Parts: sequence; structure tokens; C-alpha cells
Amino acid sequence: MANASIATGAPTRPRYGSMSRDRRWALRWSYFFLVLFAIFFLMPPIYMLITSLKTSAEISAATNPWWISNPTLQNYIDLLTQNQFLVFFRNSAIVSICVVVLTMSISVIAAFALARMKFWGSATLATGVFLTYLIPETLLFIPLFKMFAWVNEMFGIQLMNHWWTMIILYPTLTVPFATWIMIGYFASIPKELDEAALIDGATWMQTLTKIFIPVALPGIIAATIFTFTVAWAQFLYPLAFTTSTSELVLPVGIVTTLIKGDVFNWGQIMTGALLGAAPPLIIYAFLMDYYIAGLTAGATKG
Amino acid sequence: MAQVTLRKVVKKYDEVLAVRGIDLDITDKEFIVLVGPSGCGKSTTLRMIAGLEEISDGDIAIGGDVVNDVPPKDRDIAMVFQNYALYPHMNVYENMSFGLKLKKTPKDEIDRRVKQAAQILDITELLDRKPKQLSGGQRQRVAMGRAIVRDPKVFLFDEPLSNLDAKLRVQMRTEIKKVHQKVRTTTVYVTHDQVEAMTLADRVVVMNGGLIEQVGSPNDLYHSPATKFVAGFIGSPAMNFIPCQLEQAAGALRVRVNDKLSFPVPADRTARYTAQVGKANLLLGLRPEHITETRPHSEPNQHDFDMVIDVVEPMGMETLVYFTINGIEICGRVNPNAGATAAKPMKLRADLSNMHLIDDSTGKVL
Repeated sequence: MANASIATGAPTRPRYGSMSRDRRWALRWSYFFLVLFAIFFLMPPIYMLITSLKTSAEISAATNPWWISNPTLQNYIDLLTQNQFLVFFRNSAIVSICVVVLTMSISVIAAFALARMKFWGSATLATGVFLTYLIPETLLFIPLFKMFAWVNEMFGIQLMNHWWTMIILYPTLTVPFATWIMIGYFASIPKELDEAALIDGATWMQTLTKIFIPVALPGIIAATIFTFTVAWAQFLYPLAFTTSTSELVLPVGIVTTLIKGDVFNWGQIMTGALLGAAPPLIIYAFLMDYYIAGLTAGATKG
Repeated sequence: MAQVTLRKVVKKYDEVLAVRGIDLDITDKEFIVLVGPSGCGKSTTLRMIAGLEEISDGDIAIGGDVVNDVPPKDRDIAMVFQNYALYPHMNVYENMSFGLKLKKTPKDEIDRRVKQAAQILDITELLDRKPKQLSGGQRQRVAMGRAIVRDPKVFLFDEPLSNLDAKLRVQMRTEIKKVHQKVRTTTVYVTHDQVEAMTLADRVVVMNGGLIEQVGSPNDLYHSPATKFVAGFIGSPAMNFIPCQLEQAAGALRVRVNDKLSFPVPADRTARYTAQVGKANLLLGLRPEHITETRPHSEPNQHDFDMVIDVVEPMGMETLVYFTINGIEICGRVNPNAGATAAKPMKLRADLSNMHLIDDSTGKVL
């Protein structure tokens, strides 16, 4: 009773809280668009997953594409027992891992030199590295053909139609970008840190290994993920430079072996694409925090 | 022995001269402070001693050996940076022992030295913390600890206190002085804060525009500045500079400030100043504490005059009064109980025995 009388008797309080009302609206719009984007971008992989669980007959029948009447794992079983697919997978894995190792060993050292060892022309070189990245790969593969032919002529080494050629090809794409990311990251490390190390008696190499690499680990991981993704998903170079089935990497292998003439084996194509997307996905999932920390480094003063 | 000697040291960045040929002798165990406004070349000088900047010309010697081309690690120096520059991925112990480890010092020796330094700086309980977990003052201590454990010939400090808040700065200032009294290592300390310079230094080096203006003990600089720059830079509030003329009247010298106001020059300075009679561009330099309220007893060379006060700033133990002579704002320090009131006239007293006469065209104190 007392409560009631207070509630009715009290003068109407001025309505505060416009701040939180404003925030509520902002949140509503954020959710709306984020959900919209999420649906938009998740549609293709979900469609792939649904299709991969269907039989060829069901795919070609004019039923609801978003519904599976007779779910089957046959596509997965077929692909994973097919020797071919495993060869593609192996080729892709070896190439990607080697490219990551090669790229990171080159670009971390290169970035350190360009960012820190003030030498004549280092700024110009750093810009040059970035410009290299801007040249589209589609412009590069014809000159590369010529170079391979020249190597074959001079040294008798056939670079065409070998999966391992990709190990030397991909770094032309990954090294410039990884170096650029690392230059940016190293530049965000205070100059006094390497000066302190220098005074403490560290050589340049020790400064790199004992100070810079541990401090820049998030940036290095971000560059590693990027490199792996590029190497894993690279399509144009392997398509242009490899032809034998045993030499193909995953993205090209799926397209060239699962499409026979005008017959598209959609179920297996989708299964292969999904399985192919798995490794980068797993790596992202584990290293996501580092990746974000790396991309946003230097945005605020820590 | 670790004296540091600079001979005609020049630093040129492209076409800009940052340091224009300075000579400096720092004796063993001395605490030297380089002070000056930003861009005066003090940090550059320190970094050249450290070996972080190459010198464009001249010689730098540490402990008698010319070190022009010796890399920092072989100069046997330790440096404390403004932003501490602690290695963020190492804990305090690792930060302090990093240099010793690189030198392949035996483990138990490292341990002994780190613990000793930690004890001097009172950071023993912080040894296994990461820099992120430390406050500004603690980080500063660790940075000093990292310098102490290496037992170098010379300590170099590059504005180590400017990132701390005012209270902590005063506290750490005392701390640094204490550490120097314990460790007695030759120290070169850079700051833009003249109070820090005065309180810490055995000798202060005042720099301006890439040149040394004056080297001397804090008291020397304060009481006998060599140039207008030093006179104005050292001391807070700064020395008053009043345009004046020197005139000879009846065998005695007078400084004339304007038509109404002139003061007799102290007798012991007459000989020194006689040559300046009638010259233009003279400034009378008088510190605020030498302009006080009038008092019953008058010492020699103290002269009373009347002024209308513009602004009164009570500071507690004293009150600052501002008034204008010839359009120039003058500051005086009076007793809080002297009754200074804004826009009211007040009888003030100038103590001419502490006056300076400055030639404004050369900037020299005469």
C-alpha cells in the first residue's frame, strides 16, 4: 500500500536515459545488418554443405535445393578413398607449408632490415616491395613461362608441370605482402627497444631473434595465416604451370578432374571444396585472436 | 677511471646542424646534466656518446679511448630511456640480466648482480613481473636496474622522468641522486627541466641551438650566468629583463629604466660597467626574488620604488606580483602578508647587489 501511494504520489520523473536509448537503437541496427551480412556470406558454404550430402540424382532432380531428402556421405567416402584427391591434398599441403616457411624466413628478415637498419635507399626499397605486390599475377605468368624455358635451356632443369615448382612460384606473391605487413608491425615497435638491445650488447641478429620476433609474434602469426591462405587457395599459377594429374594441387585438381567435359559432378565438387576449405578454417579458428591483434597493431598506444 | 671527453663534436643531419662543435670534459664519478629547450642538441649529444648516432666531426673519448667508431655495446655504457624501453616479453629479472647473458657472464654472477641491483632500487619483490604489470615509477626503477647490473663506465639518462607525474618525478629525482651516491658511476643526464638539472647535477651544461651556453655548478649558473639565455633559462619564475641605460651622474653610475625610475649601480660594480655608459641595447637582469616588498631595515644597494600591481598570484609561502615597466611584464616575489592587491599601488624594493647587466645585441652578461 505504501509502495502504491509513493508510486502514484511521486511527480513524474524527467525521462533520462536518452544515451542508453540511442545506444539501443544503434545496437538494433548493428544486429540487423550484421545478421544480414552473416546470412549473405554464409549462404554459399551452407549450400555447399547441403549439396555435398546429396546424391547426384537428387541434385539433378528439381526438388527444394535447401532440403536433403536422402542424406548420404557417399561423396565424402568416394573422394577420400580416391587416390587422386589425396594426392592433390598432399601436394597442396606440402606446397603451402614450404611456402609459409620460405616466405616467413625471407620476409621477417627483410622487413627487419627495411624497417630498422637505416641504410641508404631502405625507404625506396620498402616502397618497391609494396609495388611488387601491386602487379597482378595474371601479368606475370607469361614472363614466367619465358623464364622457365630459359632455365630449361641453360641448366636443363624442367620447371614446367611439377607441383614443387609452386614452392618457388608462390613466394613471388606472398613475400612482398608478408614483408609489407611485417615492416608495418616492426615500425610500431619503439625504436628505443632495439637501441636498448644494441647497448645491452645484442647483435642485429640477436635483436631480431630475442627481441623483435617475440614482441612481433602477433604480426608474424597474422602474416603466416595470410601466406598459408594465399598458398592454399592459389589457382592461376598451378592451372597454368601443371597439367599431369599427379602434379595438381587441390583447387585445380578439383576443377579439372571432377568436371569431365560438360558433366559436372556437383556433389563431389562441393565435397572437395568443403574439405579443401577445412585446413585454413581450422588454422583461423586457432589463431584468430592473434590474427586480429596483428591486423590492428599500432592502432592504439598499448 | 671513466672520464668522458668531447672535442669539437659536430652532428649534421643532411644540411641541418644539430650540434655545432661542442667541447666538454666530464670527470670521473661526476654527475653532469645537459639541459636546454627542445631541439638544442642535448639528446643528440647524449646519443652520440652512447654510439646510437654517428658523429659528423670531432672526437668522443670514454675513459681516455676515442670511441668515434666503436659500436655501443663495446663502449661500456648503460642507458635509461624516456619510455623505459623495457623488453615487454621478458620479466624484470630477464630484463635486467639480458645484457649480462649476452656477455656470457656466469649464471651465479648474474644472479648476484641482479639481486644486488634489485636491492639498491627496492624492486626485489617485482623480479618475476612483466613490465606491463608495473607502474611508471616501478618501470623507471627497472630501467635503472638494467643499467646498474652492467656496472658500466658511464650511465646515460635520456629524459628519464618526463613520463612520470609531477609527484613521482620529484620522488624519483631523489632516488636517482641516492643511487648515484651509492654507485658513484660517471653519469650524463639529459633533461629539459631546469629544476631537475639544478637538483641533480654536480655540474650543469646549458645548451642552446646546438652549442654549449655555459658549464658550471648549479649555483654558478644561477648566480653568475654567462649569457642572457642561461640567465633566463635557469630559475623559475624566470629572471626579469628590463631595457635600461647606464648613465654617469656626479661620479656615480645609475641604471635608468625610464624617466621616473633609476637605481644607483652598486659601488663594487662601477669599474666593471663604466665602459657601457650611454650604450644602447642594455638589459637590466633582476630575479623575481630580488624584487620584494619594502622592509623597515635597508641593506646597502636596496632601493624602494612605487608600482601599481597588475596581477597577484598567491603561492602559499610567497606571493608573486606582476607589474609593467615600459610595456614589459615584471615579476616580483613578496611576503604573503605584505598586502599586495591587484590594481593598487605598492611600495617595492629592488636588491641591486644581485643585478645583472646584459648586452642584448650579443646576449652576453657584462
